Amino acid sequence: MFSESSSFLKGMMLGSIFCALITMLGHIRIGHGNRMHHHEHHHLQPINKEDILKISKDERMELSKSFRVYCIILVKPKDVSLWAAVKETWTKHCDKAEFFSSENVKVFESINMETDDMWMMMRKAYEYAFDKYKEQYNWFFLARPTTFAIIENLKYFLFKKDQSRPFYLGHTIKSGDLEYVSMEGGIVLSIESMKRLNSLLSVPEKCPEQGGMIWKISEDKQLAVCLKYAGVFAENAEDSEGKYVFNTKSVGLYIKEAMNNQPQQVVEGCCSDMAVTFNGLTPNQMHVMMYGVYRLRAFGHIFNDALVFLPPNGSNND
Amino acid sequence: MALVEIRFREMASKSWLNFLTFFCGSLFGYFICSQLFSIFLGEQGDTQPSILHNDPHARHSDDSGHGHLEGQMDFNADVSQHTDENTDVSKKLYQKVKILCWVMTGPQNLEKKAKHVKATWAQRCNKVLFMSSEENIDFPAVGLKTKEGRDQLYWKTIKAFQYVHDHYLDDADWFMKADDDTYVVLDNLRWLLSKHDPEKPIYFGRRFKPYVKQGYMSGGAGYVLSKEALKRFVDAFKTDKCTHSSSIEDLALGRCMEILNVEAGDSRDTTGKETFHPFVPEHHLIRGYLPKTFWYWNYNYYPPVEGPGCCSDLAVSFHYVDPTTMYELEYLIYHLRPYGYLYRYQPALPANIGKEISEAYKNEDQKVKLGNP
Repeated sequence: MFSESSSFLKGMMLGSIFCALITMLGHIRIGHGNRMHHHEHHHLQPINKEDILKISKDERMELSKSFRVYCIILVKPKDVSLWAAVKETWTKHCDKAEFFSSENVKVFESINMETDDMWMMMRKAYEYAFDKYKEQYNWFFLARPTTFAIIENLKYFLFKKDQSRPFYLGHTIKSGDLEYVSMEGGIVLSIESMKRLNSLLSVPEKCPEQGGMIWKISEDKQLAVCLKYAGVFAENAEDSEGKYVFNTKSVGLYIKEAMNNQPQQVVEGCCSDMAVTFNGLTPNQMHVMMYGVYRLRAFGHIFNDALVFLPPNGSNND
Repeated sequence: MALVEIRFREMASKSWLNFLTFFCGSLFGYFICSQLFSIFLGEQGDTQPSILHNDPHARHSDDSGHGHLEGQMDFNADVSQHTDENTDVSKKLYQKVKILCWVMTGPQNLEKKAKHVKATWAQRCNKVLFMSSEENIDFPAVGLKTKEGRDQLYWKTIKAFQYVHDHYLDDADWFMKADDDTYVVLDNLRWLLSKHDPEKPIYFGRRFKPYVKQGYMSGGAGYVLSKEALKRFVDAFKTDKCTHSSSIEDLALGRCMEILNVEAGDSRDTTGKETFHPFVPEHHLIRGYLPKTFWYWNYNYYPPVEGPGCCSDLAVSFHYVDPTTMYELEYLIYHLRPYGYLYRYQPALPANIGKEISEAYKNEDQKVKLGNP
C-alpha cells in the first residue's frame, strides 16, 4: 500500500514536471493566433506621430524625396498574368522597378537570370541591383508577383530611419534559431545591408549557392543565414498598435479570419491602416486594390501628412 | 516449485500495480499542473484583449451621444492611428445633408446579410431602418406585414417608403433605399447631394435607359429620393396616380417617378464617372469581365465604361456585395490609405460648406482643398 502511494506520488511529480516543461516551451510559441502578440524577435515601428509635427514644411518636402526605393520582382514565365498585373499597378509607384526573370519572355522586358533556382535568382538580382544602382537608390524592396505593395506606406515606415544602418525588414518568421523575413510579404534592405550582403555573396562558406545538404532550404531562409554572417538581423515591421505592416495573405483572407475570431470587430481585427504589402492576390484583385487604395475613398476625411507623394506620370488607374 | 511461481507472480503483479499507479500519478500530476497553468496564463490573456477600441469614425455619426459602448473598450490602446485625420468636413456634411437609409431585407437574411450592413456602413446614416416582412424587436427590424419574395419587392418598397414618410419625414432631407447586399459610402452620397435641394422633386441612382423616357434607377445599386419626391410618391398611392402591382420594383418606381414629374437626376461625378454601381468593383474595373452580350451594356443611360474609367473615386454604392466584401470595402475606404499621396481627383467642397469651414480655420494652416484642379 505504501509503495503504491509513493509510486503514485513519484508519478505525479514526473507528470507535473513534464507538463511544466511543455507549457514553457509552448508559451514561447503562443500567440501566433493573436496577430498582435509580441514575439521575442525584434520589432520595428514607424516614426512617432508627435515627432512628425516637429518637422517643418520645407523639411518634409526634402524628406519625401530622400527615399529612393528600387523594386526587384522575381518572375518566372508561368507568372505571366501576375507579371502583367503587377507591371500595370503598384510597381509604377517604385522609384524604379525591374523584373528579374528565370528566362527571357517575349511579351515583357526583363533581366535574364538564366537560372530556374529561386535562391540563385535572388543572389544574382541583388548583385545586379547593387552593382548598377548603389549610388542612386537607398532602399531595395524584393517581391514575387503575387504580392501587392503600397510604396508610399513603405516610405512612411522608413521615415527617419537611417539607411546607413543595416536594415532587413518585412514579415518575420522564426524557424528554430533562425529569424528570417518571409519572401511572401516582401523583403526590404537598406543600402548598408545591400553592401554587406554583396561582399559576402562571393564567399561560398558564408553564402553557399546550394544551401541545404539533404533538402533544399527556401531562398528567404538562405538570405537570412547569409545576412546573419554580415551582422544583419531580421526585424518585424509593425505599426503603433502592433499590427503587422507586411502581410503574407490577402485582405479577403484576413477579413474571413477576423469574421471567425472576432466577429464584433472585424475590420479592427484585420489589418493595419498603413499596411505595406498583401500577398496571394490574383491579377484581377491587383487592379481592385489599385482602385481601392489609390482612388476610392470617403469625401471629407482629410489628413495632415508629413510627407507628400505625387502620382506617377502616364498612369490612369491611380 | 509452485510456491516460487506464486511468489514470482505476486511480485510481478505487484510491480505491475506499482507501474500502473505511477502512470496514473503522472497523468494526474500533468492534469493538475496544466489546469493550474491555464488559470495562471488565462489571467494574462484577459489583460491583453485583442479587441482594442471602438471605431472612432462610426461613433461620430451617433447623434444620441457617446454614452453607450459596444464591445470592449481598452483605454490603453494606442489611438494615434487616426490622430492625423481631420473629419470636420465629414461632420459638417453629416449635419447639413441628413440622410435616412432603409435597407430591404427579410427574416432569413437578418443574421446572414443585414448584420454586416449594420456593422459597417449603416452607422453613418443619420437614421437607419431595416425593413422586413416581419417585425424583429432585437435586431431591430420593421415589420411591413407583407410576404417575402421577388414579386413582393415593389409592394415592400411602397410600404417601406410609406412607413418612413409617416414616422420620419421631418428627420431627414433625403431618403435612401438599399439592399442588404449593397455597400453605400455615406460621405460620398452627402457630397453628391449637397449640391441639390431636397425640396425639389428629384431622385438619384444608377440610371438605366430602357422602358422609361427619362430613365429609371437600378434597384440593387440603391437610389435616393428627395423629401419632395418621397411626399409625391407616397401621395401617388392615395390618389391612384401609380399602380401598386408590379413584379419589377425599380422599373415600376421609375415609371411612377416619371408620372409624378420627379426628375431622374445625373449622379455622375464632375469628371463624368458613375458613382452608383450595380456590381462589385471587380466587375466594373476588369475589362471583359462582363461579356459584351450581357444586358448591362444596353441598359446604361450614359455610355458605359469598363476599366479605371468605370468608377468615380467618390463612389456611392456597390451591389452584390457579400459579407466578406462588406468588411473589405469598409477597410479599403475608411482605414487603409497611401500615406502622403496626393490624389489625382481633387473634388471641390460644396460652396456653402467651404465657406463655413474656411471661416473656422482662418488662422490655421490646414490643407483643405477648395478648388477643382
